[in-house]
Amino acid sequence: MEATSPASPVKKPSPLLNRQIPIVTRSVKGKFRTFKTAVMVIAYSVYFLLPWMPWERSNAASQALMFDLESRRFFIFNLVVYPQDIFWLAMLLFIAAALLFFTTGLIGRAWCGYFCFQTLWTDLFIMIERLIQGERPARLRLIKQPWNAEKILKLGGSHFLMILVSFWTGVTFAAYFTYAPDFVHNLFTGHAAEAGYITVVVLTITTYVAAGLSREHICTLACPYARFQGVMYEPDTLAVAYDVRRGEGTAGRIAPGKGLRTREERQAQGHGDCIDCGFCVQVCPTGIDIRDGLQYQCISCGLCIDACNNIMDSVGSPRGLIRYDSEQNIASPVPHKPRLEWKRPKVLGYAASLVIASIILFYNIGTRSDTEANVQQVRQPLFVMLSDGSVRNRYQVNIINKTEHEQRYYLKVQGIPAESLDLGNIPEIRVRAGKTLSLNAKVDLTSEQAKMTKQFSFVVTPTIAEAEPVVVKTNFHSH
Amino acid sequence: MSQDKAATTTTPKTTGHNWDGIEEYTNPLPTWWIWGFYITFIFTVVYWLFYPAWPIGDKFTKGIPGLHTITYKATTVDGKEVEKTTHWNMRSKFMHEMNEMEGVQKQWFDKVAAMSFADVSKDAELMQFVNSAGKTLFSDNCAPCHQAGGQGKIAFSPNLTDDHWQFGGTYDEIQQTINHGRKGFMPAFKEVLNEQQITQLANYVLSLSGEPHDAAFATAGAQLFKSEDAGCYYCHGENAKGNTQMGSANLTDKIWLWADVPGKATQESKLAEVKKVISGGLDRGVMPAWGGRLKPEQIKLLTVYVHDSLGGGK
Repeated sequence: MEATSPASPVKKPSPLLNRQIPIVTRSVKGKFRTFKTAVMVIAYSVYFLLPWMPWERSNAASQALMFDLESRRFFIFNLVVYPQDIFWLAMLLFIAAALLFFTTGLIGRAWCGYFCFQTLWTDLFIMIERLIQGERPARLRLIKQPWNAEKILKLGGSHFLMILVSFWTGVTFAAYFTYAPDFVHNLFTGHAAEAGYITVVVLTITTYVAAGLSREHICTLACPYARFQGVMYEPDTLAVAYDVRRGEGTAGRIAPGKGLRTREERQAQGHGDCIDCGFCVQVCPTGIDIRDGLQYQCISCGLCIDACNNIMDSVGSPRGLIRYDSEQNIASPVPHKPRLEWKRPKVLGYAASLVIASIILFYNIGTRSDTEANVQQVRQPLFVMLSDGSVRNRYQVNIINKTEHEQRYYLKVQGIPAESLDLGNIPEIRVRAGKTLSLNAKVDLTSEQAKMTKQFSFVVTPTIAEAEPVVVKTNFHSH
Repeated sequence: MSQDKAATTTTPKTTGHNWDGIEEYTNPLPTWWIWGFYITFIFTVVYWLFYPAWPIGDKFTKGIPGLHTITYKATTVDGKEVEKTTHWNMRSKFMHEMNEMEGVQKQWFDKVAAMSFADVSKDAELMQFVNSAGKTLFSDNCAPCHQAGGQGKIAFSPNLTDDHWQFGGTYDEIQQTINHGRKGFMPAFKEVLNEQQITQLANYVLSLSGEPHDAAFATAGAQLFKSEDAGCYYCHGENAKGNTQMGSANLTDKIWLWADVPGKATQESKLAEVKKVISGGLDRGVMPAWGGRLKPEQIKLLTVYVHDSLGGGK
């Protein structure tokens, strides 16, 4: 504190001390709202209905999409994913990241504005509020009025609906991990697994708290993406932007009044097109003023564009005072029509990594084998000298049957005499559907053979016709 | 609504004290935080009712008697099965979980116990259980001498992964060995033979395994081996191939247990190793009996493990 003003009050308190104002948004019509609603309908249809889609399966629950943790298999339509395929998950995550960066570099936070589940559920919950409590003025009035029957009924009703939606969100989530019809039945009769109840309760609470109570605070305070989006934005990136020069003119924005009604009158006095109606602020789900410029709170949902366009239409000004445009273009002396500027190293780099990763993933899935085998050499001891001087190495051979039925296999060796392989007393190798069988394999080579052999291969062949053998190379140690 | 926000940004309250212009905020803790704090009080009381909590001298409170107990089965020192019910504590919980796990494993052990050795070794899926359960049993009981992988240690314990068996390598013989233990013995020959004779015998023993040796000494050694002077053939047999009935070593193969011949580089040092065994004899080849210490089904499973998984049993 400065010595000259010993008792001066704290002038600028930290923003953390601000009381948070609940955001009550006004609804709006327009193309971005329509797009958001369309995305919402599709996303919810997929999310809520997919676990109920039947799919014929011989040895597992007939559910099209099921992440069966108990049997360690993910059923994705006709694709069965095993833990060994964890590489696919890594590729999928990489593709998701590349897609996110690519889109952000090109058109900003499209994910946040239209697709993120936080946005979708918040949007739905705001719709529920509007349905029960009415439009923004009615809701504001309701907040201010004392607690009476109407307020209790309306607020309670909308929160009850939100909790109901949250609950069904949790139930649906859990249904992806088990056979949905049985699960839902067991859930209500009290026979579902403990993990099922925990999942439903946790998902219900988190959904309700995140989308019903916290809302934009999740985006502004909790979500890391909002904070690192800045590194992906470039001057050419399209973002929701307010055309400051057009809106403010030289004398600033002003509400229409006497002598300021037409565009010509306003321009003559140096005022811009913005009539300071505040609709862009009222519709914003994160409660910001887009006219202050690009902010980390902006989730790029485009609702302020819809709101502003409607106002511009009604006052007779051209649309696009708030629009998707690049920082560069808005600042240029003669802005051109906003367009996608994709010929940039960053965007092309993201696109290239996206394409390469997708090709690798799909190639890998497309060429997957129904049989997988791996070999672990027994290392204690690495090799054994036998009584006649020959050398024994031992291996654990794991055969994974990825088909949907029991399968027999031949196990042979390649590069060394066939009779040097000893599988003990196992008469034939049978592996159940989706299971792994590990076998003790001994390989004995005479001391001469052992000296010449550094490597050989195990060959696993399913007994069915036209089956591709799986060859696994391994080492042979003799000293 | 940034305008609204700006309007309601207030100056934080102070305690009203002012020391040379330095004031103190009275920002209360967040309500949710305070409630979290109160909940820990409630938690403490609930915890205290259920679990051991307060130390009192060398004793401690054990929670409300009968409210939160654990029952487990245990075997007493004199081998009696007893069921105990105590207040909750970590050891009882561990015992209880061990009981549960035994129940889970029981079906597999029962299966092994009911089947013949040969049938167990033919069942690839059951062999997976033999591999994993056998590895644990082996690590807990056998590994201190035979080493973690059963590879043994020269001059200490036999290698179980090779194809030579001191006391026989059939299932029944291995089971017998584990159940009743074994004791290998060889008398010290320095009492009855002179230095030269021992050298001759040692050269003969080396020659049997194709190791470098002195041919003249070896020929003399061969005579001595079969003579009544040394009497080696009593135990090791006329052809020196040993006898699994008494555990005498096969001297003609490449496997060494007591004399570290493979580990020595020169002919002299190899010879010295063998001479050491002949002159000093052996009185340490003791395997303890596991019958009574391990359950019969555990010994049966270990037998299959040693025979098939470690791989020596042929």
